[in-house]
Amino acid sequence: MPRLSYRRALTRALADEMTRDGSVFLLGEDIRVAAANVTSGLLKRFGPERILDTPLSEQAFTSFATGAALAGARPVIEFQIPSLLFLVFEQIVNHAHKFPLMTGGQCAVPVTYLVPGSGSRTGWAGQHSDHPYSLFAHAGVTTVVPATPADAYGLLVSAIRCDDPVVVFAPAGAMEVRADVDAFDPVPLGRGVVRRSGSDVTVVAVGHLVHDALAVAEELAGQASVEVFDPRTVYPFDWDGLLASVARTGRLVVVDDANRSCGIAGEIIATVVERFRLAAPPRRVTRPDGAVLPFAPALDRAVQPGRDQLTAAIHLCLKDGS
Amino acid sequence: MTHADPVRLYRTVRLIRRFEERAIDLVRAGEIVGGIHPYLGQEGIAAGVCAALRDEDLVTGTHRGHGHVLAKGADPARMLAELCGRVTGLNRGRGGSMHAADFGVGVLGANAIVGAAGAILTGAVWARRRRGDDVVGATFFGDGAVNEGMLLEAFNLAALWRVPVLFVCENNGYATTMPVAGAVAGSIAGRAAAFGMPAAAVDGQDPEAVRDVTAAAVARMRAGGGPELVEAHTYRFDAHHTFEHQVRLDYRPPEEVAAGRARDPVDIQGARLPAPVRAEVDAAVEAELAAAVDFALAGPHPDPATALDHLYASGRTARTGGG
Ligand SMILES: Cc1ncc(C[n+]2csc(CCOP(=O)(O)OP(=O)(O)O)c2C)c(N)n1
Ligand SMILES: [Mg+2]
Repeated sequence: MPRLSYRRALTRALADEMTRDGSVFLLGEDIRVAAANVTSGLLKRFGPERILDTPLSEQAFTSFATGAALAGARPVIEFQIPSLLFLVFEQIVNHAHKFPLMTGGQCAVPVTYLVPGSGSRTGWAGQHSDHPYSLFAHAGVTTVVPATPADAYGLLVSAIRCDDPVVVFAPAGAMEVRADVDAFDPVPLGRGVVRRSGSDVTVVAVGHLVHDALAVAEELAGQASVEVFDPRTVYPFDWDGLLASVARTGRLVVVDDANRSCGIAGEIIATVVERFRLAAPPRRVTRPDGAVLPFAPALDRAVQPGRDQLTAAIHLCLKDGS
Repeated sequence: MTHADPVRLYRTVRLIRRFEERAIDLVRAGEIVGGIHPYLGQEGIAAGVCAALRDEDLVTGTHRGHGHVLAKGADPARMLAELCGRVTGLNRGRGGSMHAADFGVGVLGANAIVGAAGAILTGAVWARRRRGDDVVGATFFGDGAVNEGMLLEAFNLAALWRVPVLFVCENNGYATTMPVAGAVAGSIAGRAAAFGMPAAAVDGQDPEAVRDVTAAAVARMRAGGGPELVEAHTYRFDAHHTFEHQVRLDYRPPEEVAAGRARDPVDIQGARLPAPVRAEVDAAVEAELAAAVDFALAGPHPDPATALDHLYASGRTARTGGG
């Protein structure tokens, strides 16, 4: 069974899809030399026609990809930093996302937006440390945040094959995860997974925070039986999978690296309480409202959801209503 | 001594050079987290431009921004404390290398988004002049930024509304690994021409040449002229970012690097000084930086409980993220 890093899982997904489908091509900044260490080896295998280094013109090349997709190609764009998605929000949301409906179904826009190293990269500070997956969920753009190497592979493959635009966040906090991968299969979009079974409380964790949630669940093993649910795709969300979990545990805690106000945690809690009577008020651990990550490492950490906060939230949730 | 004399200019390039070298040492020692984009080799541009500005004039910098902040007059000790994430830093440890700012000396900030600062500076200079202040501005950006729409939009606004901003392009030949020839259709000066802006090319390795070309442009702007562009040809002596010290990226031929490094702005300006004067300046810079390192490392780390301080200028407090 090959042991694979998250990063190499992304590389392999790109290579496999480029091999399988000649309409797939990559574009982005410094991808030929693989500055982000994701597109490594691809220039040699696929040549400069399919591995395009772009000028620093994000807005134009994002819509260039939309145009290429309208004409039958399957572009994958690599973004060097997560905050660049703010710059191209217009191109993704107001164009790529809207074209199929606005044209009355005349077209599809199969573009993949890949963001390796999303969220905090300790020390990159305010303008390079955002994690805006909730924004895309809000806009209704398919958005995945894989936590493991197998999911990084399988979700990126599914993103590339999807006929709609898909944003793939690869959190910096997960990029160095390594795991045994037994099969290289596509992972369906919109399907979550129970990472650890439990009976007292369901913890929904997004992206790299899945690993924190698993560690906390393990720490609490003697005191509480924690189920960890990894949605994998934050939009469209696997409500059936989550509701089945909550039906078993009756309690819900969400840990989410997005800003609190209008973050995905709020949507998860709202949807669950609309459809299910929990045994205790749900809890969420998030970034603060309006988060700007300060530079100093201790401040950067303080603004991200932490294991201590998650543990405290689980304790509170278990205490309430019992 | 005037602001623009050769000794002063030498002192500035030497200060930036040694500041960056010490900062790289501190990156290696783990005191500066996240690394830096070293300004080594490009010191003549910040030094030359800022020598032709007044204290009240405004500048914005880039991700490779230490030189701009220092040349405009920020305290190197507080700058270094910022890079080390201490409360004694220019931004109280909140900004770090790519966001260092010192409004007290007219530095509205380095900026981590390529091409984004030009429009900010244009608006700032416009507003200050509307208030009756006799200020001009200089905004630094790289050759990579000339392909960003927002910078070209700033060219248009500044030219249209005749805002006296000097657009300073630091053409070091590359945007990370992308050579200019692979990224720029037409030319950089041609972009200025399209908006009716005068453009001048200058040897960015010669601090006095940069100062002179800036002084001429600033004089025209103070006399009522609109924005201008200066394209300063330079070479980045070191990595794009210190992460390259760990990961080798193959994009600059060694002969090219050697040739680029042979034209060193510190030596070019230093050669204009009598040897004893140069030695005296060097010693003074060493002493200042030794004290700066001590100051930086002695500064307290910020308290995590204050992580959201300054989020809202209105004083509003944000909900925290806990359960
Ligand atoms: C809008 C934007 N795109 C990409 C990046 C990532 N990035 C940071 S520096 C850089 C290269 C900039 O090149 P240039 O403007 O020539 O400045 P130099 O680094 O050469 O000083 C890139 C691509 C960014 N910070 N902002
Ligand atoms: Mg450059």
